[in-house]
Amino acid sequence: MSTTATTAVSERDITPGRGSLSAETGPARAWRWLREHAVNIAAVLVVIYLLIPIAVIFIFSFNNPAGRYNFTWVGFTLSHWSHPFANTELTEAMLTSIRLALLATVVSTIVGTMMAIALVRHKFVGRRIANFLIVIPMATPEVVMGASLLSFFLVLGTPALGFTTLLIAHVMFCISFVVVVVRSRLIGFDRSLEEAAKDLGAGPFTTFRLITFPLILPGIFGAAMLAFALSIDDFVISNFNSGTTVTFPLYIFGAAQRGIPVEVYVVAMILFFVTVAAMGFATWQQRRAERMTSIRPEQEEADIVLPGIA
Amino acid sequence: MSGPEQTTITEPETSTAESPSVALRNVTKRFDDFTAVDDLSLELGRGEFFTLLGPSGCGKTTTLRMIAGFERPTSGEIAIEGEDVAALPPHKRPTNTVFQSYALFPHLSVEKNVGFGLKRKGVGKDEIAERVAAELQRVGLAREANRRPSQLSGGMQQRVALARALVNLPKVLLLDEPLGALDLKLRKGLQVELKRIQREVGITFVYVTHDQEEALTMSDRIAVMNRGHVEQVSVPEEVYDRPTTTFVAGFIGVSNLMPATVAGAGRVRLDGGPEVGADTGDLDNGERCAAVVRPEKLTVSLDGVGAEVDGKPRVEGVVESSLYLGTATQIVVNLGGDVRMTVLVPNADEAERQRLPGGGAKVSLSWAPEHMHVVRESPNGSG
Repeated sequence: MSTTATTAVSERDITPGRGSLSAETGPARAWRWLREHAVNIAAVLVVIYLLIPIAVIFIFSFNNPAGRYNFTWVGFTLSHWSHPFANTELTEAMLTSIRLALLATVVSTIVGTMMAIALVRHKFVGRRIANFLIVIPMATPEVVMGASLLSFFLVLGTPALGFTTLLIAHVMFCISFVVVVVRSRLIGFDRSLEEAAKDLGAGPFTTFRLITFPLILPGIFGAAMLAFALSIDDFVISNFNSGTTVTFPLYIFGAAQRGIPVEVYVVAMILFFVTVAAMGFATWQQRRAERMTSIRPEQEEADIVLPGIA
Repeated sequence: MSGPEQTTITEPETSTAESPSVALRNVTKRFDDFTAVDDLSLELGRGEFFTLLGPSGCGKTTTLRMIAGFERPTSGEIAIEGEDVAALPPHKRPTNTVFQSYALFPHLSVEKNVGFGLKRKGVGKDEIAERVAAELQRVGLAREANRRPSQLSGGMQQRVALARALVNLPKVLLLDEPLGALDLKLRKGLQVELKRIQREVGITFVYVTHDQEEALTMSDRIAVMNRGHVEQVSVPEEVYDRPTTTFVAGFIGVSNLMPATVAGAGRVRLDGGPEVGADTGDLDNGERCAAVVRPEKLTVSLDGVGAEVDGKPRVEGVVESSLYLGTATQIVVNLGGDVRMTVLVPNADEAERQRLPGGGAKVSLSWAPEHMHVVRESPNGSG
């Protein structure tokens, strides 16, 4: 990565005509600057476009609205940030969502990882069809899945709609994603590493514990993050199967009918920052793991890169 | 079975009192409808550097993997020092493997990689540290103990893989093209080093390669394999100088084969050429065979000019190409009917080199009778 940047810089340095820059007229210089930075400008515009909603929420979390509607800027206040959990209903909903997401993540990651291992490593009748069926929940419209789950629970009669049915539903739609992520990590796995472990006296279980598991852990970790993210902001499926249980998205949807309290903005921002931090950590972890397990020696890379720079 | 007769080999004298290090008896391995190894029998002496040589797909790696326990033979027996290991999984066999890809554990340090096997055996911590250090010393990586495999060069990774296997003092060390991924110079250096280490530790090495030069340099004995069969098992000199089949003759060195027919005991008739006296071994009268003469043993002379006839067999042909190679000149002579012979003439004298025939010249080739060797048609096709 750093090499590419270096090359780009050095290329610009040797762009002909740079020495005669002072001789150019004002408009010509501006045009040249625009031309050289067009990509950067476009990129900045796209990022702004993507981040505007979040920025609006962030700004309005400091608003001091006059009525029930937090849509017009009235004045700056820190009161909502100093008591983010003042609204007990909202806090309740948030805690329910976190509890639900954590449980759904743990269950779906364990089951999904085992399924992925079975699908990649073991030959059994119906493996191909299972590999295909596993992605179907990802392709099914959420509304359809939510409705069909509801009728399923109603026909079954038990458990009563509530936290349990939410958990079952969330685990169900998370598993597919976990399987897909872990499976891709397993497919890229060098099987000779396991053979080497066995060759050196490790039985099947020891081989899994010491070699396979540590090496697919980054994949499992990524899958868990994905499952958590999917679960915590699910609205459509939850709306069908929640009974009287209120999760964070359900609360906001309900609250929006009669004006959203500013605390919602504050809690949303807290959630956002926690997620960003977690994603940053996951990315850093992933990079570290990949660098650690890269097959290509760093020395060789340096050898290849050097002539390009010189 | 019409297979080659050389598959059962007398053991080297050193191990006559003991059971062989590795014994394969009538081992066959089939994958679905493909037979990778077909009725293979081999006996390896203890402390022997034994090479399985052949082109890709000849079954050499499958044979190695069956000894290691990664593949189960479809039929036949495998014994290591007299003990039948056919039913044992890899982690219970007294063998260790150096993999073609090295298969170093990327998340463990060099030290932990090398100590992995000893730890599984329940060897004490102090002893592990000691033996790992000694082994890393042997392969010249004492200072790299705490680094990760990805921080090492290819040659260093190869040494770690070797140390990781050797530290366990296996009864048999299996090497699957261990030098295949390295560049030529590094490979040459490691060949010498591998051979030195093998003499030092005295462990039986089973070495798989498709590189005939590597096999000739390092091995005590070579088994040349083709399409799941062993074509010849012998010491390197024997395999090179006295190949027994057309396949072996073609695979080892330049393929200088003249098709011929056995014309009675001790005589063969070259196709479109003279009848020549030769050791026909157990070939039957009238059987098809081929005569081999190594490129450096052939003499080329312009047609009818100064050719000696005194007892030397000669054939005629047309020069197809003449290539200056530095130390020698390589001349390819077409004898007709798609039979091409390569001749290597040492560039000892510049004036003589100038007189060598160029393309299109009619020439005759001659050789001393003792340099011609008769091989049977390869029973398994030419690969």
